[in-house]
Amino acid sequence: MSARAKPPPVVFWSAMVLIVAVLIVLPFALTQIGTTWVRVTNLALLYVMLALGLNIVVGFAGLLDLGYIAFYGIGAYTYALLASPHFGLHLPFWVILPIGAAMASLFGVLLGAPTLKLRGDYLAIVTLGFGEIIRIFLNNLARPINITNGPQGIIGIDPFRIDGFSFASYQKIFGLEFSGPTKYYYLIVALVAVIIALNLRLQNSRIGRAWEAIREDETAARAMGINTTNLKLLAYAMGASFGGLAGGVFAAIQEFISPESFVLVESIMVVSMVVLGGMGNVWGVVLGAVLLSFVPDILRFTVQPVQQWMFGRMLIEPEVIRMLLFGLALVLVMLFRPAGLLPSAVRKRELAERAE
Amino acid sequence: MDTFIQQLINGLTLGAVYAIVALGYTMVYGIIQLINFAHGEVVMIGAMVAFTVINALAGSGLPPLAVVLIGTGCAIPVCVLVGYAMERLAYRPLRRAPRLAPLITAIGVSIILQNLAMLVWSRNILAFPQIIDIKLYNIAGATITNVQIVIILTCILIMVALAALVYRTRLGTAMRATAQNPQVAGLMGIDINRVIAATFAIGAGLAAVAGVMVGTYYGIAQYTMGSILGLKAFTAAVLGGIGNVPGAMLGGVVLGIVEALGAGYIGTYTDLCKISGISDWLTQRCANDGHFVLFGSNYQDVFAFAVLIMVLVFRPSGLLGERVGDRA
Repeated sequence: MSARAKPPPVVFWSAMVLIVAVLIVLPFALTQIGTTWVRVTNLALLYVMLALGLNIVVGFAGLLDLGYIAFYGIGAYTYALLASPHFGLHLPFWVILPIGAAMASLFGVLLGAPTLKLRGDYLAIVTLGFGEIIRIFLNNLARPINITNGPQGIIGIDPFRIDGFSFASYQKIFGLEFSGPTKYYYLIVALVAVIIALNLRLQNSRIGRAWEAIREDETAARAMGINTTNLKLLAYAMGASFGGLAGGVFAAIQEFISPESFVLVESIMVVSMVVLGGMGNVWGVVLGAVLLSFVPDILRFTVQPVQQWMFGRMLIEPEVIRMLLFGLALVLVMLFRPAGLLPSAVRKRELAERAE
Repeated sequence: MDTFIQQLINGLTLGAVYAIVALGYTMVYGIIQLINFAHGEVVMIGAMVAFTVINALAGSGLPPLAVVLIGTGCAIPVCVLVGYAMERLAYRPLRRAPRLAPLITAIGVSIILQNLAMLVWSRNILAFPQIIDIKLYNIAGATITNVQIVIILTCILIMVALAALVYRTRLGTAMRATAQNPQVAGLMGIDINRVIAATFAIGAGLAAVAGVMVGTYYGIAQYTMGSILGLKAFTAAVLGGIGNVPGAMLGGVVLGIVEALGAGYIGTYTDLCKISGISDWLTQRCANDGHFVLFGSNYQDVFAFAVLIMVLVFRPSGLLGERVGDRA
């Protein structure tokens, strides 16, 4: 970061003001196209949260985690169980979200503790196994005692509510029309902003630099007096807590969750976002998450008309084309930008060294 | 019928197939330290191609074994081609890139292959035609089918052949040298690119055979079958020590048996009704329906992964793996 000359403050602040303005106006612009797009944006922002959480584990500390979606699931189920008719509990969301985040980070430590000795790809398969274990439990804990309601999932989850103000319903405030998704949008944008700020601060903190040292060479880091055990566990716990938080919001927005949403493919998707965007670089990760979550939806709405226009009829199922293009995009981006779209400073340096 | 022996036989059959797929993962990993996530999809393509051919020949009156062999014979070149193309287009350009980059292209390739397969064969399940006359044999109170015997024998044959290839031929020596140190191997006159391409091709060929076997065993093939099989085989490879050829064989067999035994016994041993007097409430529930099974056979995969994690906790580089160096 320090290697790059900082832009003059005027430019920086005007850019900031512009970004904030765009973020504020965005949902209204999107509502013009269709409320669906606000929902899509909300989900994309949740993916940004997930990717930023995973970035702590993969990007900062260098621990490959292929089961990250489990923490999302844990957060979502914690919220669903404590705020739905399933157990008849209806706790307010500001109580549950921290509980969900805490639960997720507890599981993060549970995953981290036995795997401290593992390195590289052994860690990858264990985390993958962990993710599958959590999903299988969510799927099967309906018998003998019904905890998760199995594959049917949990319905009727409470939306976020503060006294009479519900985030889910349509409302007119100061003459402006706010749909449910729009209100959630602002809440999530605020959460994402806080998480981005936290990440940026973390990166150059004592902890962040210790993580970087562990990532580059664990043995050397330990020799320098870094407590690798605690710091690795901290990375797991912190990364997981963001996942848990995002999961809680997801459950509230959807008002329905089932184990279907927490499958391996989702974990892989989040890893792809982190790597494609630029591992370790907060802005790269944000970009990766936004791109990968929007591209499939944009393709969903464009593939069909384009086929109609080119051939006059549907030749190939849009879903298939969408996934084919998506897979192709993953391959091509990595081929042309192996360190990600916005590589972190360290990666850039490494690549430059190798090229010599 | 003896459950233990029966599960052992079933586990051994499945484990042998896992081992063959795991070999594909482990050989590639051993040489270029890449988890070839798309390997499972190659298995799927092998099964689909073979099934198409077998279905086409089913009514021809050829003997069943010949039909299956022709099907396999068609699947192998297709898979080898896919494996080679994959290496050439998606992995070779990234050989000097950061480690996770090829992982993402592998994921991309796997998505592409799965959807191409769906385009070609649609979402329908391909069924294995009723051409094989299944015979049952009795062993110590359990039954084994002729299909199972053929699968196990074929797997043993493949493993022996592969061991001979890796440890007895020039190509095998070149492969081991490249795995140890690609730069030095290159200096010794080994064409590394050819060795790596050959490794991918061999792994893909094995995947084709494995695809036919697993398809024949279950009687069905579908475009989604690759991912779960690939996942299991990858687990097996890691269990045995990834990069280690005998390790993959051992890991596959161990995983298959552990899974089968887990599925067979986990329900019985976690039935709380078998243990009397835990609580009154429980006694009452048991009186109602007789069982209070904590973990049914749905937890089969949990069991497999739990064993994997336990093994790695005590042996962080797998059953037969060497200690990994500090540069992980």
